[in-house]
Amino acid sequence: MSEHTHSGEKHISSYTSYFIVWIVLMILTAITVYVSYLDFGQLNIVIAMIVASIKAGAVALFFMHLKFEDSITWLFALFPLGLLFLLIGMTILDTFTRIFL
Amino acid sequence: MEQANMEHAEDHGLHMTPEQEYSSSKLGMWLFLGTEIMLFGGLFAAYAIFRAKYPEMFAESHEELNREMGAINTCILIFSSLTMAIAVTAIQRGKQMMAGLLIVVTILCGLGFGVVKYFEYGAKFAHHIYPDTNIFFSLYYLMTGLHMLHVFIGLGILAVIAVLTFKGKFNENYSTPVELGGLYWHLVDLIWIYLFPLLYLIH
Repeated sequence: MSEHTHSGEKHISSYTSYFIVWIVLMILTAITVYVSYLDFGQLNIVIAMIVASIKAGAVALFFMHLKFEDSITWLFALFPLGLLFLLIGMTILDTFTRIFL
Repeated sequence: MEQANMEHAEDHGLHMTPEQEYSSSKLGMWLFLGTEIMLFGGLFAAYAIFRAKYPEMFAESHEELNREMGAINTCILIFSSLTMAIAVTAIQRGKQMMAGLLIVVTILCGLGFGVVKYFEYGAKFAHHIYPDTNIFFSLYYLMTGLHMLHVFIGLGILAVIAVLTFKGKFNENYSTPVELGGLYWHLVDLIWIYLFPLLYLIH
């Protein structure tokens, strides 16, 4: 926060922090590819999605500055995720419970 | 207190401080990104259903995809996100030339992504694999195609921003369009982060 801008409180991320995030993303990508060659059965997709979500989280928090945004931006960012879980969750629930009818 | 502030704002009609303009622009962009997530969300829901119904078909069909090319494109997109993020910091520090050049690098990465995808689609067509081959390839073409469209739109936005940056329109006091363009570009990267393992790396 040593940089001072016109708006005063605006956070500027350092180049170094971006390089660190990038290296983490590359390592996680390598892990995703490596794990896909191993056989964990049903766990493969779970691991792949967890790693992808960590990557997506890193992109959103640092590259997209979400970590430094106010609570209303967080609400705008998280609300669609809630809707997304509803959309996918309810569709799955609907499709795979029809056999019980 | 808040009531009084709101009335005060209404009295002044359209007048806004640069800070208000900046934060409301950014909020609007996040709202738009939310709708983008929902747009892809429907396709992800379809993917989940059909993969659960036809796991063998998905596992077999995905063998046709070139995971090396998918991995290369993942690296290209992540690198382009890095250059874009650094470009935002550069312009926020007033370094116009550096920011402009970094946006150009980002654009070149996006074009590289398109070239790899062009060869991938070409190889699929050569093997007579089309969107109507089966439900996996329907989803493959639809999801990667919609993503590709977003890459092209992003490239158009970044091209305009690059030109304006070189013209000196942005500086340490005003860099909102660069930041918003960056947000859009990162979303394109974010969606690909999920598409890559779901389409190329099925076990």
